[in-house]
Amino acid sequence: MATVENKNAAADSGSQPGSQAGTPSGAKAGAKSGAQEGFVYLPLIAGWLIPGAGHFLLRKWGRGALLSGSILAMFVLGLTMQGKLYSSAHEILDVLGLAGDLGNGLLYIVSQILGLGAAQAQTTLADYGTRFIVVAGLLNVIAAVDAHNLRTGRKS
Amino acid sequence: MGNPAFQPSHFTAVVLFALFASVVFGITQRETPRRMIRYGTYCFVLFVGSAIAISWLMFLIAR
Repeated sequence: MATVENKNAAADSGSQPGSQAGTPSGAKAGAKSGAQEGFVYLPLIAGWLIPGAGHFLLRKWGRGALLSGSILAMFVLGLTMQGKLYSSAHEILDVLGLAGDLGNGLLYIVSQILGLGAAQAQTTLADYGTRFIVVAGLLNVIAAVDAHNLRTGRKS
Repeated sequence: MGNPAFQPSHFTAVVLFALFASVVFGITQRETPRRMIRYGTYCFVLFVGSAIAISWLMFLIAR
């Protein structure tokens, strides 16, 4: 437990545990700490705004492509099923739906600007589409947090 | 309002939902590629399996 905490603390502060110069492990850790420099929340924010971008920034190309493809496909399929994009929050369920939709980042904002999505889900299929869009947003948040965890060293 | 451009059956919608959610769960909840694939497959089977089981349950209740 203490090891994990030390690792996290070191990752947050931009250094690695046991990074003595002159040793192989120190050199490796030094190279890692070089990659840890910069704004630590960048992958989180980029991943939220553009699905998969957080992983791409960290050079996790395969993971990023799969995450991006899955989330984009889910969002687009939701729209093509005439799913509803939440734009206002008068009731508690609307608040939850809006929170989920906002997880899509730029996809949601651009879709709102372009007027995509139905104003009201009128069929069962459109209701499925609405859920697809909301869940795509929630999955995107999970992916962005995963990118942040990779960035801070909590996950490898 | 016109017809939706994409009109999957309910089962197809379930399978697509399960597929995309399982991919994200697998990648984000496990560390090694092998474990990612195993966990993603596990999630997919649970998603689709539970949908089929609950569908049969509702069918039997409705009779």
